[in-house]
Amino acid sequence: MELKVLDQPETSEAGGCSAGSCGGSDDQLSHLSDEIREKVHNHPCYSEEAHHHFARMHVAVAPACNIQCHYCNRKYDCANESRPGVVSELLTPDQAVKKTMAVAANIPQMTVLGIAGPGDPLANPERTFDTFRQLSEKAPDIKLYVSTNGLALPDAVEELSKHNIDHVTITINTVDPEIGAKIYPWIYWNNRRIKGVKGAKILIEQQQKGLQMLSDKDILVKVNSVMIPGVNDKHLEEVSRIVKQKGAFLHNVMPLIAEAEHGTFYGVMGQRGPTHDELQVLQDACAGDMNMMRHCRQCRADAVGLLGEDRGDEFTMDKIEEMNIDYDAAMVKRAEVHAAIAEELEAKKNAPQESLVTLSSIKKKDTRPVLMAVATSGGGVINQHFDHAKEFLIYEANTTDVRFISHRKVDDLYCAGGDTCGDGESVLQKIIKVLNGCEAVLCSKVGYEPWEMLEEAGIMPNGEHAMEPIEDAVAAVYKEMAESGALDEAKAEPKEQKELATA
Amino acid sequence: MAYSIVESCVSCHACSMVCPTEAIYEGAAHFMVDSKKCTECEGDYADSQCASICPIEGAILNGAKQVANAAGTLTGIPPAMMEKAMAEIQAR
Repeated sequence: MELKVLDQPETSEAGGCSAGSCGGSDDQLSHLSDEIREKVHNHPCYSEEAHHHFARMHVAVAPACNIQCHYCNRKYDCANESRPGVVSELLTPDQAVKKTMAVAANIPQMTVLGIAGPGDPLANPERTFDTFRQLSEKAPDIKLYVSTNGLALPDAVEELSKHNIDHVTITINTVDPEIGAKIYPWIYWNNRRIKGVKGAKILIEQQQKGLQMLSDKDILVKVNSVMIPGVNDKHLEEVSRIVKQKGAFLHNVMPLIAEAEHGTFYGVMGQRGPTHDELQVLQDACAGDMNMMRHCRQCRADAVGLLGEDRGDEFTMDKIEEMNIDYDAAMVKRAEVHAAIAEELEAKKNAPQESLVTLSSIKKKDTRPVLMAVATSGGGVINQHFDHAKEFLIYEANTTDVRFISHRKVDDLYCAGGDTCGDGESVLQKIIKVLNGCEAVLCSKVGYEPWEMLEEAGIMPNGEHAMEPIEDAVAAVYKEMAESGALDEAKAEPKEQKELATA
Repeated sequence: MAYSIVESCVSCHACSMVCPTEAIYEGAAHFMVDSKKCTECEGDYADSQCASICPIEGAILNGAKQVANAAGTLTGIPPAMMEKAMAEIQAR
């Protein structure tokens, strides 16, 4: 596999990591124009760095949908699930406004409010726009966004342009009606249910039209695509090219989540999701055309808080009713907090980029790239105990570059079912499965038992770089591996993982 | 004759937004059709609107109390496959 240097200036030879990713605030955004960057700099979803500082929330005001997707089950509501489309408490627009302002006052880092379901926000225009209207007026310091399947988008563009809209996300899984028919069994259109290719064709036309209209109005558009192996995986590179042409500023390729117990078509029919490796290869291929989002946490339609955490339980309607919110005072405090964060990020960006390790000093040039997992609770440093990690950030190192690839959640597996559920596997074995493909794991500390099991699985635990910047530490470990000769040969399939895979 | 909604309804609001006679309202447990107002969309649309947008198989009955959207017709999941998958999950 050829590896492209992503989102980084070609001058990365100079140091262990380039200014594009290391210590800077935005590894994902460096290719964007200043104008767009200014617009999205405090959006937690756009960069690995910003998501440690800024928070987002979704309000579930939009229950109805106008299409069916094969990865969605409209019956689903589970408090323990973390995936799009799942929600516990449906809100009226008034309740949503109250909740948003309560969260904004209590979590001043909250900068962005999204409406993302559980249905399609634009299939519920009254509820969605009532919420937006009230918030634009009462809480002008909160940016708004909406996530849609695109069917009703062209009709909504005019109204969207009136509000404090940060961006619109359109889920576009295909531009080919034949493929569309394998993803969308029906749409509701002009007062009829339209099935198969005919329905998919209308949906695709509406999505593309809506994308163009938003671009023409200078409203930022992000495109989400769900990668479905054997259905649209080969086709998403083309989708990426087309949506970029039409003006989308980010493309977020997400893995299909499909388990039989979700009761979705794909889950029940045994459609698998992509492996970490397949997803990465596709994201790399699409990245040639466009900026990719690699740290999307695929959160719930009612998520509250920093990415990867959900504080929704603190803000249920009964609790909110008891809160007394002085929003004018909150706005002052929020502005202070935002300014402090901006200052901190700016200081980091301007800090001297002295690297402890120089990848270019590695004498052997033909060593293969390596994936490493990192346990961190934020701040760009390795600062989390292996046992406490709820997710790992995956980095890839090669002789010229260290780059962020993705995050992998640990708790996914507790609910993942299928071959990973209920078969007596220990939590540790599950974590080792999550780390499949990684050759080292960097954390602040590792216990004795995990240490042994990681080693057996061919994943070198490493606690020597606690509190060091992630990219520097990954570069240092890579250099050690390269110089010890460990990377001269093709990666051996670790015995333990083989056994796990066939167990 | 009038359509009706049964307990498998998930209260997604979709039918109530497209009903031409505003016959659908939110009941205590799920959405309901006011049989006095329901016209089965006659004179307004060729297809009854609630049954055309409802995503839940079996949730809407037509005037003859027949299921408007039979199992498997909306999700595309063959009913036998669904039963098999649910049985497997139960057995775990």
